[in-house]
Formats: sequence, C-alpha cells, structure tokens
Amino acid sequence: MSDMDEMEDGSGIVKKFMFLNRKAPHGTVYALEGLEVVLITAAFDQDVSMVFTDDGVYQLMKGIDSKGIEVKDFSKTYRALDGYDIEKLYVDQASMDARGLTEDDLIVDVTVLAVDEMANLMAEQDVVISF
Amino acid sequence: MQFGILVNEGPYSHQASDSAYLFARTALEKGYKVPRVFFYHDGVYNASRLATPPQDDRNVGARWSKLAADHGVDLVVCVAAAQRRGITDGVLGDNFRISGLGQLVEMGIQYDRLVTFGD
Repeated sequence: MSDMDEMEDGSGIVKKFMFLNRKAPHGTVYALEGLEVVLITAAFDQDVSMVFTDDGVYQLMKGIDSKGIEVKDFSKTYRALDGYDIEKLYVDQASMDARGLTEDDLIVDVTVLAVDEMANLMAEQDVVISF
Repeated sequence: MQFGILVNEGPYSHQASDSAYLFARTALEKGYKVPRVFFYHDGVYNASRLATPPQDDRNVGARWSKLAADHGVDLVVCVAAAQRRGITDGVLGDNFRISGLGQLVEMGIQYDRLVTFGD
C-alpha cells in the first residue's frame, strides 16, 4: 500500500469538491493556504474542481513577482496542478472582463464560464469550499 | 444529519468563530450531529488557552472547549496553519487537538454538509 492509499479514509467514496478562489494571491493568506487544501483533497482521490472568481482570477495571472513584498511566490504551483490530476480549472467570465483580463493573460489553460454556467456547475457539487 | 464545520478566522476580530459556535450549538441542541469542527487559517487562534478576554465578554476558545466536553465534538486544528502562527500542543485549550488537513477533507467526504465560516 502506497502512502497515498494510506491517506484515504478507506470509504472509497468519491465526492465532487469545488474550491472557490475569490481572493487576490497576495494581501491575505487565503490563496496560499487554500491551495494546500486543494492538493490534499486530490491526494484523497476526490473529484476536484477549482473556480477562480472576483479577485481570485489574479491568482492565475502571468508575471506575478512577489519579491518586492518579500512573500513566497507560489504561482508555479498552479502550473503543477495537472501533476496532481487537477485539471478542472474554471474562471468567471464577468470577473475577467471587469479586470480587463483574457485567457492569454493566464498561466494555465482554463475554461471560461458565464455566470449561469457557473451556477449549474456549483449545483452539481457535493462540497463547495470557498477561500 | 451530520454537519462538519470549518472555521477560517480568529476570535474577536471576526464574527466567524462566534457564528460557527452558535450554529454548532444550535444544531446539537436540535438533535443534529456535529462530529468535528476544523480550524484553518487564523482560525487556529481559537485554540489558544492563553487568551484571557475581559470577564464581561464571552471567552471564544473556552466555550468551544465546553461544547466539545458536553457533546463530544472533535476540535481539530490544522498543523501547518498552527505552526505558521505559533499554536503548539503547549498552548492548546481543552479538547482541541492538532492534526492534518486530511481531517478537513474527511469531513467533506463523510458528512452530509460542510459549512464554512469566514470571510
């Protein structure tokens, strides 16, 4: 049995977990500590989706450089998500538009959803955790 | 019905821990189950037994401890978040314990509802 197997709760249950990222990457710790939960949830072999909305879309922006504020730059982690089988990344169209961002400004491939599509996706989830 | 509760803010600065406590207490009084509360981000500060608020105010940490004593609620503090903030076994209030994020994920998997309290 691998370490990964031992981390499971043994129930064999797979639920749909959505992580709703609403905050800018820096300024508060929510984005960084939220990512840690996402990675652990994937290690439990759950069905993980990540949504980026409001200032959360800035988490995926290219060219983040946190040296000036002397805070760890964790934006590389988003590019490593597919290595954890986390491939369902969604961004909110209105949040992108309001900030003048397009998919070309982001460091990972995402699916852009309109608000009604996002609502449908949320309704399908078993667990929604918001950071 | 089993509720898991996630507390993401510290005591006093935010109402999140108060709201979570009132939700948990009320759910238990109404016969629902609240097997575990998980403390994350600054929520780990709720676990400090070093807090001594004025006597005419509520003691947020102590009433979590009492809820756990009365109802057997498992109060779990995230180890990584706690280490960042200086919350160690030596300062934990009664009935709190430090463990990993897996305990949070388990709540999502095993319980009927996971309710988040925070900003």
